[in-house]
Amino acid sequence: MKRRYRHLSAGAVSVALGAALWHVVRVRPTPSVSVASLVADALPASGVSHNVTAVLLNFRSYDTLLEVAVLLAAAVVALALRDEPSARSPAHVMYVALDAFVWRLAPLLVLVAAYLLWAGSTRPGGAFQAGSVLAGAAVLLRLSGLKVTAVDHRLASRGAMTFGLVMFLCVAIGTLLAGQALLEYPAKWAGALILLIEAALTISIGVVLYSLFDNAPQARVSDRESERQRER
Amino acid sequence: MIHLAFDGLLGLVLVATAAGAMFSRDLFRGVVLFVVFGLLMALAWTRLQAPDLALAEAAIGAGLTGALLLDAIGHLRRRRRSEPDDSSVSPDTSA
Repeated sequence: MKRRYRHLSAGAVSVALGAALWHVVRVRPTPSVSVASLVADALPASGVSHNVTAVLLNFRSYDTLLEVAVLLAAAVVALALRDEPSARSPAHVMYVALDAFVWRLAPLLVLVAAYLLWAGSTRPGGAFQAGSVLAGAAVLLRLSGLKVTAVDHRLASRGAMTFGLVMFLCVAIGTLLAGQALLEYPAKWAGALILLIEAALTISIGVVLYSLFDNAPQARVSDRESERQRER
Repeated sequence: MIHLAFDGLLGLVLVATAAGAMFSRDLFRGVVLFVVFGLLMALAWTRLQAPDLALAEAAIGAGLTGALLLDAIGHLRRRRRSEPDDSSVSPDTSA
């Protein structure tokens, strides 16, 4: 009896919510300010010809700056939670087909990342996509047992992680020193500055995403297992 | 008409794979369905004319998150194998 009552009330709430949603979708209010047309109007001054990139790295670049900082903070937390120093790439077992595949695929992925970075100024693409493709390539190398030397190196990987944010901050401070508003690029340099920031971000995002994967607790357990076996 | 049919099918399969990923008892199966969901979501973003989101979804949502989740499953399995006593936790609370 109680259950039926509960079902009835849940059904009533669902119907009411559905009706409200339907109403909202049907009578959509016309926005007072059309953001899309504002972006389209300001696009020639942004330094790039793709509207998404213009918003992310010029009109709302402060948001992107903070996003990159959040990503870096996540990587730092992952590093702090890892309680085992690195140097634990799994032993490399030879698989002819896998190795041949990875050897051919990895350079291609780097090329794709570079293209995505370059394409970002005129069409869909950009630093986040390029960086995640780079990270994907590194994860592939790592899973197939090959060493990603540049990333395994402690100082180099920390440097690469912070590189994007540092570059972004340098540009931000530079705009302030030049007498502009924060991250307001001079029109002549806007395209070059955006490409510079995006290139640095690509490297950092790639290394940060890879390090999130790399610092997943894996060696700890196998170490514990081997310790146990030794104890026995 | 064919577009409408495709979009409808895409929406249905999205909901189905999402439900499968959520309610699957087998974690590996859940992760595979999650990756499938991510790829179909990228397709949906393309249909909604948001190729930027589609790229990010395919690379980060499906690719890297899938790899991280698979890594986590491997970690859990290995731990369960090394500590067999706590694998006897009965999953009857979710019924």
